[in-house]
Amino acid sequence: MFANLSDRLTETFRNLRGKGRLTEADIDGTIREIRRALLDADVAVPVVRTFTSNIRERALGAEVSGALNPGQQVVKIVNEELIAILGGQTRSLRLAKTGPTIIMLAGLQGAGKTTLAGKLAHHLKQQGQTPLLVAADLQRPNAVTQLTVVGERAGVPVFAPEPGVTREDEVPRGDPVEVARRGLAEAQQRQHSVVIVDTAGRLGIDAELMRQAADIREALEPDEVLFVIDAMIGQDAVATATAFQEGVDFTGVVLTKLDGDARGGAALSVAEVTGRPIMFASTGEKLDDFEVFHPDRMASRILDMGDILTLIEQAERTFDQAEAERMAEKVSKGEDFTLADFLSQMQQLKNMGSMKKMLTMLPGMGQVRDQIENFDERELVRTEAIIQSMTPLERENPKVLNGSRRSRIAAGSGTSVAQINSLIKRFEQAQQMMRAMSRGGGMPQMPGMGGAPGAFGGLPGGKKSKGKQAPQRKVKGKSGNPAKRAQQEAEARTRGTAAPAAQGSAFGIGQQPQEVDRDALSADLSKYLGR
Amino acid sequence: MAIVAGLVVLGGVGAAVLGKARQAPPREAPPRRDDAPVAAPAPVEEAAGEVEAPEAPAPVEETAPAIETPSVETPEAVDHRFGRLRRRVGATFGQNLLAIFRRGSLTEDDWDELEETLLMADVGAGATDALLEDLRTRLKAEPDGNPRELLRAALLDVVDPALDRSLALGAAGDGELHSAIVVGVNGVGKTTTVGKLARVLVAEDRTVVLGAADTFRAAAADQLETWGSRVGVPVVRAHVDGADPASVAYEAADRARADAAEVLLVDTAGRLQNKQGLMDELGKIVRVVSKVSAPKEVLLVLDATTGQNGLTQARVFGQVAPLTGIVLTKLDGTAKGGIVLAVQRELGVPVKFVGLGEGADDLAPFDPEGFVDSLLGD
Repeated sequence: MFANLSDRLTETFRNLRGKGRLTEADIDGTIREIRRALLDADVAVPVVRTFTSNIRERALGAEVSGALNPGQQVVKIVNEELIAILGGQTRSLRLAKTGPTIIMLAGLQGAGKTTLAGKLAHHLKQQGQTPLLVAADLQRPNAVTQLTVVGERAGVPVFAPEPGVTREDEVPRGDPVEVARRGLAEAQQRQHSVVIVDTAGRLGIDAELMRQAADIREALEPDEVLFVIDAMIGQDAVATATAFQEGVDFTGVVLTKLDGDARGGAALSVAEVTGRPIMFASTGEKLDDFEVFHPDRMASRILDMGDILTLIEQAERTFDQAEAERMAEKVSKGEDFTLADFLSQMQQLKNMGSMKKMLTMLPGMGQVRDQIENFDERELVRTEAIIQSMTPLERENPKVLNGSRRSRIAAGSGTSVAQINSLIKRFEQAQQMMRAMSRGGGMPQMPGMGGAPGAFGGLPGGKKSKGKQAPQRKVKGKSGNPAKRAQQEAEARTRGTAAPAAQGSAFGIGQQPQEVDRDALSADLSKYLGR
Repeated sequence: MAIVAGLVVLGGVGAAVLGKARQAPPREAPPRRDDAPVAAPAPVEEAAGEVEAPEAPAPVEETAPAIETPSVETPEAVDHRFGRLRRRVGATFGQNLLAIFRRGSLTEDDWDELEETLLMADVGAGATDALLEDLRTRLKAEPDGNPRELLRAALLDVVDPALDRSLALGAAGDGELHSAIVVGVNGVGKTTTVGKLARVLVAEDRTVVLGAADTFRAAAADQLETWGSRVGVPVVRAHVDGADPASVAYEAADRARADAAEVLLVDTAGRLQNKQGLMDELGKIVRVVSKVSAPKEVLLVLDATTGQNGLTQARVFGQVAPLTGIVLTKLDGTAKGGIVLAVQRELGVPVKFVGLGEGADDLAPFDPEGFVDSLLGD
């Protein structure tokens, strides 16, 4: 029911409305909820313990009791603390002043080291470096082959003098330390600017393999030792990270498989326990699914507070470029948004994957999680069918849709006239938003929301719902804003530190209308839908 | 800008969703919440009493060499494995619990510690609460009871020894083709599991064909071929790089039928459960294989270090290809394997095999009693 932290806390504080201040018991209840949310996100137990005691301290302090909405204030504190633990700001690779920069990868089996080696090489190559991959994983069957293939895909040379193990039962031959050393010599001779050494995956408790990694580290004196860890890892993250810190003393962490839906509490555990920054995140199977890590996004993700930025990025990745440009031009020229555009946008959305997934990425959607769960993906297909049953004239100009045309469309698309009516209603609202946008010469400023960059926090009741039936004024604010905010945040992030503040402001503002909206919503809805 | 348009449309669609959902009677949601037992209709003909029995249909060690070419190895029979391997698991977990129980009656602090111990083993907050609640009830009913025994009973209840954990691949030598598909996210050890499973099946005197439908990961097919050649099992692989995995799966099924093999094992590429396209691809593999022989087993491979996301994985994979069992790999590290409890409690899908080491025969049938005992430090 209350899957995300914000919702849980809101629920916890619901009973407190009217009370002037929070008692210690109230705080305790809240802390329990926070603890549970963190555990559900796989944050390690010891880390949760220290974390919650920090939160308790701050929560009992003045900043909460003086706040208008203590619940949201607490969430804000949690979010800030998370970002602080996650490193606050991003750190980039330290490159060697002379000679090749040596990067060594270490991590558990199956964490994705070899794949990551390719991605990192690709990333560095795009930055004008000339990386060399060194295959020092002689343990796992066919690891060397895999690295060779990955290197080929990335267009980066691979130094692999030893074939490694190619059969499951083979005893590993060859000395990985020697391979690493020769790889370095090779790189110096051929003047590569970066050497990336892929090492064998190992279990945290495997002393022998750990010694091997330590030997490689000693032999190479790498500039960076990156610890590769799977974002899906559970409580074992701490044991693993500690073992690797003792074994190879890594300088940075790379989170892989972040494109999954794991909440990634492990990131928090590793950062907290080892004090090493998380530097990169690997977010997919393709070579360029590799990015610099963003602490604030990770915090949102751990708290399950929605992730507009990721949503937008995903959209940027999957949306058809030409179509996007056509659309942008249309809007800037002030041409009207038509049903044909609506259809094409919807088809683009479909490319982004599951609608449910996307809806849950919006902030505040946790409260309507059940409805989302019940969402029928075929709804999109029906909508498509309706629009496709229209003539070009009707698509360009929905005003011509009279009763007779509507019943024809209903018959043609296998739907009912009521469904068509509701689609037209939705479309008209989208159209008005688009008009507002082109009028405003870009994004509409949002009245009544304070214009703060982080103000999307004001939509806990479900952005969607308001998007549909709240007064238009609000609607445009809502939809225009996330993108704008994203832009601003992206700028802020490149500047360094402003982002956390912007995010933080998301929680203090505009929380009050929540309940009102949720009630008004159903009433409004039934009115609009004529039900 | 155009993205904003997209979001606007998303908004529109979303509104429709909520509108609809709001109309739907809200009582629809609650029932599917805590009703994990729904998935419990596992064939329980094997009486709950005999626990070890369902594993491997009667060992056939001696006969195995007969069918094999001289260069081929004879895998160790399956039912000796758990005992040998389970010693490696759970030492730390069990010790912790033991220390707590030595103190006699449980104080609040003990309860807290007990809770943390379970949480640290990745049991998950929900399952931990339920377990402790269960233990409290049992202690109330039996104030003099040994807390340790009671916890063992509580753990056993969750793991449910009555579930059938054998592979539903018919009896060895029945001449029919049974297919099994192995699925999972990236890097959990699917290919290795397929290789080890093939050894288990060969040890049971079955003829096996392997399908290397992982056409994505570089070297995956080579790896599988290595496994196959060791036990003399043919591996069907793509002729070109990046071929359609479903077509490879079909070819493998076709080959298995032509060879009159008894078991078809299909290895699939690792895929994250939230990648719709990849999940659709998996659906296609299942459908295509079904044309020859409907998969009797869909095994989800879970890494023992996986945290709470393991549940999501099982849930989503289950929607695409109804899971019949779980293989828990890499239980030989520091991970405690508590996820078994969580998975089974939430989804009712039994853990069938456990990977306990890097050796070729380190895949053991899951033995609930042995597992719980080793958790408790026996």
